Amino acid sequence: MAYASNFRVLTANRLADGRVVYLGDRDWTVDLGAARLVQTNADAEVAERAGREAVAARLVVEPYLIDVEAEDRGVQPVRLRERIRAGGPTTGNAVAGNAATGAARETA
Amino acid sequence: MYRYDEFDHAFVRDRLEQFRDQVNRRLAGDLTEEQFKPLRLMNGVYLQLHAYMLRIAIPYGTLSARQLRKLAHVARTYDKGYGHFTTRQNLQLHWPRLEDIPTILEELAEVEMHAIQTSGNCIRNVTTDHFAGAAADEVADPRPWAEIVRQWSSLHPEFSFLPRKFKVAVTAAARDRAAIRVHDIGLELRRGPDGGIGFRVFVGGGLGRTPMVGREIRDFVPENALLAYLEAILRVYNRYGRRDNKFKARIKILVHERGIEEIRAGVEAEFETLRGGALDVPAEARERIAAYFAPPAFADLPARSAALEAAWKADPTFGRWIARNTHPHKVPGYVSATISLKPVGGVPGDATAAQMDAVADLAERYGFDEIRVSHEQNLILPHVRKDDLRAVYDGLVAAGLATGNAGFATDIIACPGLDYCALANARSIPIAQRLSERFADADRQAEIGDLSLKISGCINACGHHHVGHIGILGVDRKGEEFYQITLGGAPGGEIAGAGSGVGESGGAEIGGADAAIGEIVGKGFSADDVVDAVETIVDTYLTLREGREETFLAAWRRLGNAPFQEALYGGRS
Ligand code: HEM
Ligand code: SF4
Repeated sequence: MAYASNFRVLTANRLADGRVVYLGDRDWTVDLGAARLVQTNADAEVAERAGREAVAARLVVEPYLIDVEAEDRGVQPVRLRERIRAGGPTTGNAVAGNAATGAARETA
Repeated sequence: MYRYDEFDHAFVRDRLEQFRDQVNRRLAGDLTEEQFKPLRLMNGVYLQLHAYMLRIAIPYGTLSARQLRKLAHVARTYDKGYGHFTTRQNLQLHWPRLEDIPTILEELAEVEMHAIQTSGNCIRNVTTDHFAGAAADEVADPRPWAEIVRQWSSLHPEFSFLPRKFKVAVTAAARDRAAIRVHDIGLELRRGPDGGIGFRVFVGGGLGRTPMVGREIRDFVPENALLAYLEAILRVYNRYGRRDNKFKARIKILVHERGIEEIRAGVEAEFETLRGGALDVPAEARERIAAYFAPPAFADLPARSAALEAAWKADPTFGRWIARNTHPHKVPGYVSATISLKPVGGVPGDATAAQMDAVADLAERYGFDEIRVSHEQNLILPHVRKDDLRAVYDGLVAAGLATGNAGFATDIIACPGLDYCALANARSIPIAQRLSERFADADRQAEIGDLSLKISGCINACGHHHVGHIGILGVDRKGEEFYQITLGGAPGGEIAGAGSGVGESGGAEIGGADAAIGEIVGKGFSADDVVDAVETIVDTYLTLREGREETFLAAWRRLGNAPFQEALYGGRS
């Protein structure tokens, strides 16, 4: 059961490798579960400012807020596009890439 | 195949060093994203949902074994071990790190490859018939011309900032396998009244938001005048093409709004000032380039191979592969073989690094070192001895590449869609996977016969859905994935694999003039329902066709949408 659905999270792509990242409490993280949940407009402004600073510091590109639901199971984006960004392609084991070795290069 | 000269090498290397410097400046903070984005796009680097994407040009879809091995190496070393072959005969890597891209491009330059002009409002990679230089039904190998157009258009200063991107396709066969009528310019190589080579020229075709079939603008341009004529078209487009509205900027809109007569008059006037001038392609230049594409040293062989015929009778699965995945060759004793990248449940167009290596080995061993990429997202070995087909097939089986479904319902074209693409409204690949599982049964596919399913995840139509016999377009309906179905589309000529190179031939002959944009059948379907809907359409066809010879497309042309609407919606569309 969702106990709240009006949270937001700031997301972006990391500049150096393009990976999806989220603004955490202190740092950027690839783990949506560790993302900073934003509820009020004031919090949103703080997060967006952190986003602009991270752009200026060349950490990330194109930061934006997404809607998420914080559930017992964890944090879930509302929109499918963001669920796919968070979870990776939904093409299953058939995707050659899932089994592949290159994944080791994906440092967090 | 074409080999770089000093100029080409220097040019690619300069461009690489420039881009390395730009990436370094971006990472060091000397360039902002706004400044950097157009620079990276000029080098084929997009930012997608999960990562950067690098689009590598494969000019007219021709590769050597060495190049394919390099692509495998790059995919394995710098990406997740696979690549995605596209409808524009290119390769996309979906996970490269920006930091690594200059090094990737350096590795590619070693084998005369790059990613220039794979993005942006320029003249893109010229595409052609994947059986070029091999097909029994071609007038001449179109690739020297594709190469001449490539050289003319590469970094052409006048045409680097067109109103919109510009795509050229060339075919030289009676049957158009390059979908020339849905390109900005389509060229059909043919012989003129005096027996000389020239081109019939189509203009204003395209897919995307406003799909259109190209119109004939001239029935014959002599070969030496081709570049002057193309330049004339580009000038007219560059001058009058709409820069005010991105959605109206393609040449198809210009042709549509002004009419083909007015465009033709403008192009002819421009052509008069250009022909015979600096753009004239002299015979020596044509011959020099054609020499790169000289046919390999084919052996003198009997047309039939007894060994092969025995092998295929003994093994029905092999027989089925032969019937679908081979194509008649111009030299007796040879065929072209299609390597399907559409295994049941697989991702259309994906190949692992190991598979690329395996194909490179087979090409080297049995195929004069040549590989082609088809716009149907398959690979081709253009020149294989019939006597060697069994060995090639066994190699493909070992690599998981022996699906005998070319041109069948499971030979689906699908764009990356919402699993990768930042512009998508809905997923394409999982729909393709479910459809291919639904139609997996080999006997059923054979019963259905030639049928193309094509899926795009948004209106940009990268998956060619407008020209699928059954086209599927992903849309967003209030946050839900929704799929609109069109029927009766055809790229013209089409149907890979129809008519085998060895045994019986099958498939309807559909001339290049027969290109058509599919018609929307009715309201769309949810992701859950769309596969059933396609099956209903196919079953309706099976019930209503006049016999096995009447293909899906032929039946649809006779029947129109009505019986399919009745079956799908019970008259309530
Ligand atoms: C994933 C990144 C991609 C992006 C951002 C992208 C973007 C676009 C856009 C914006 C258009 C419409 C342009 C217009 O009509 O002016 C388009 C058309 C097209 N793209 Fe893509 N595309 C992508 C991938 C692909 C892939 C993977 C293929 C091949 C499988 C492809 C092949 C095509 C084709 C064939 C067309 C339509 C032909 C035409 O220009 O009329 N694209 N693409
Ligand atoms: S059709 Fe749309 S979703 Fe598919 S690759 Fe092209 S832009 Fe992306």
